[in-house]
Amino acid sequence: MADLKTTRGPASASRTYAVIAIVLAMLAALPFIADAIGQPALTSLATRITILAIGAASLNLALGYCGLVSFGHAAWYGVGAYVVGIMYRHYVTGDPLLGLSIGSDQLLVTLPLAILISGLFALVLGALSLRTSGVQFIMITLAFAQMLFFFFVALKAYGGDDGLIVRRRNALPFIDTRDGPTYYWVCLFFAVAWFALMSRIVTSRFGRVLEGIRQSERRMAAIGVSTYPYKLACFVISGMGAGLAGALMANHARFVSPDMMHWTQSGEFMIMVILGGAGTLFGAAAGAAVLIGLETQLAAWTEHWQVILGPLLVLMIIFTRGGLSGLVRLLRGGRNE
Amino acid sequence: MSLLIEQALNGVQLGVMLFLLAAGLTLIFGIMGVINLAHGSLYMIGAFAMAWVANKTGSFLIAAPAGLLTAGAIGMLMEFFVIRKLYARDHLDQVLATFGLILFFNQLTVLLFGRQPLFVQIPGFLEGSILLFGDVRYPVYRIAIIAVGLLTAIGLYLLIARTRLGMLIRAGATNRDMVRALGVDIRLLYTALFGLGAMLAGLAGVMAGPILSVQVGMGEQVLILTFVVVVIGGVGSVRGAFVGAMIVGVVDTMLRAFLPQTFRQLMTGPDADALAAGFSAMGVYMLMALVLLVKPKGLMPAHG
Repeated sequence: MADLKTTRGPASASRTYAVIAIVLAMLAALPFIADAIGQPALTSLATRITILAIGAASLNLALGYCGLVSFGHAAWYGVGAYVVGIMYRHYVTGDPLLGLSIGSDQLLVTLPLAILISGLFALVLGALSLRTSGVQFIMITLAFAQMLFFFFVALKAYGGDDGLIVRRRNALPFIDTRDGPTYYWVCLFFAVAWFALMSRIVTSRFGRVLEGIRQSERRMAAIGVSTYPYKLACFVISGMGAGLAGALMANHARFVSPDMMHWTQSGEFMIMVILGGAGTLFGAAAGAAVLIGLETQLAAWTEHWQVILGPLLVLMIIFTRGGLSGLVRLLRGGRNE
Repeated sequence: MSLLIEQALNGVQLGVMLFLLAAGLTLIFGIMGVINLAHGSLYMIGAFAMAWVANKTGSFLIAAPAGLLTAGAIGMLMEFFVIRKLYARDHLDQVLATFGLILFFNQLTVLLFGRQPLFVQIPGFLEGSILLFGDVRYPVYRIAIIAVGLLTAIGLYLLIARTRLGMLIRAGATNRDMVRALGVDIRLLYTALFGLGAMLAGLAGVMAGPILSVQVGMGEQVLILTFVVVVIGGVGSVRGAFVGAMIVGVVDTMLRAFLPQTFRQLMTGPDADALAAGFSAMGVYMLMALVLLVKPKGLMPAHG
């Protein structure tokens, strides 16, 4: 998959920008289209997809580019959401936490803090997890995520099992975030910013090193790169992106609960990345759209949609190696490598 | 003092259950190189099959083998249709495909049995409790679990160390291709081994049935603890799985039993209970972090 990302000429680069501009214009116009065809619920669905695309893209940095199969991505996503939930709770009650008055309902305050705190969690637990590799890494990231899950379940002061309600979305100056389409555009803005950052990262020297680590960590070590700090930095950035997504989702759903960091959520992020094609920049967005679209469609059809989604997933993994692009290749009669 | 012994026994009982699951998981990984998330589903399937048969026939002695065989059979089918295609793939594909299997099995179980938990009576001949020594009484059923678990551990050791099948298993773990080159039908061996792992998981499910509620999602809860066991013990090592399972079982049980009263002495109010509950739930994961700090490959790694 990643081998397709060879250097391109300037002509094709400008074509890429044109495609991006057209897609963006269409995405920005989506709330109008949704209203025009009488499906205003589509905007809310698109907001969810946009937010989850941020989460999936940040997992893609670790999983697709650096080869770190993290099965605990939902933990950072949940931590980001809880930062918003907890700050809102303190804003409403006015109680200080450990003597600090941390309450806020300003998105420009909560969002950076959510990103920062998710990053801190990813730093501490990532530093431990990265001592292992391979299957141990998968198991340990899953186990740490589950540890945080149980911690928030037990955290009765902030709702425990029942979660926290964020009665009103965090506010932005001059912008009414309570309006559905407006909040969609806010999320779209952050998604564009995050994808732009990802694109800068993967084309930078740092990104090249990550790519090298994925292909052969031993080779990178042999040419004199100390890989551990690179992997840790990548893991932390990935956690920060998940925190951003979690904070936006907490505002979108106006609800935070431990379920957001349930291990099935981590699994869904991984599926999005693989569906879209690991190690391709916009694959994560496509994967998020396809998975959430499929889930919504199947759920409208039957309550037991997972009976269908599960086998679909198994078939997809067995028969198409590169997610959606592999499927397209398969349908065209081509061979998977 | 008697409470301490009782809780220690509870810990050992949880430990042997975790061992049954971890042994299958670690064997399958060590020999076939497959990480099987759906291992917890086999535990759930064993428990549900047992509960269903027990409620139909009223006999635990019929229900227990039924649960074992169902788990084993479904495990072999799973290997034949799905896992077999994943041997040559990387762990990521294995994780995602078996994640799909979990979604399928969980929802299918909801479809068949509903979301309400099933309850199973402890069989009559294992009811009640006996006096161990002094004033320590302990339920017979839990003693039976410990006994069955330990016997299975010994049996597994003898199977791997003393039989021809075990020799092939060990050879397969060391060098898969060489075993195949020597004319062993490795596919059959793998299917059989997967069935064995599934039956061990099913056995844990069958024994858990009467003391836990049999419900959807029970598999994943125990699966993640099993991962902790495998990481602590060392991936691929059955001996490590046993040691890890005992440590995790006893530590988890002890923390849940004694942390709340320790916290209540240090601080007051309901905060103490909530905090203690949080910390005792996190305890084994912190233990895992500690082990990894000292020994990144676990206490008893299989290779080197």
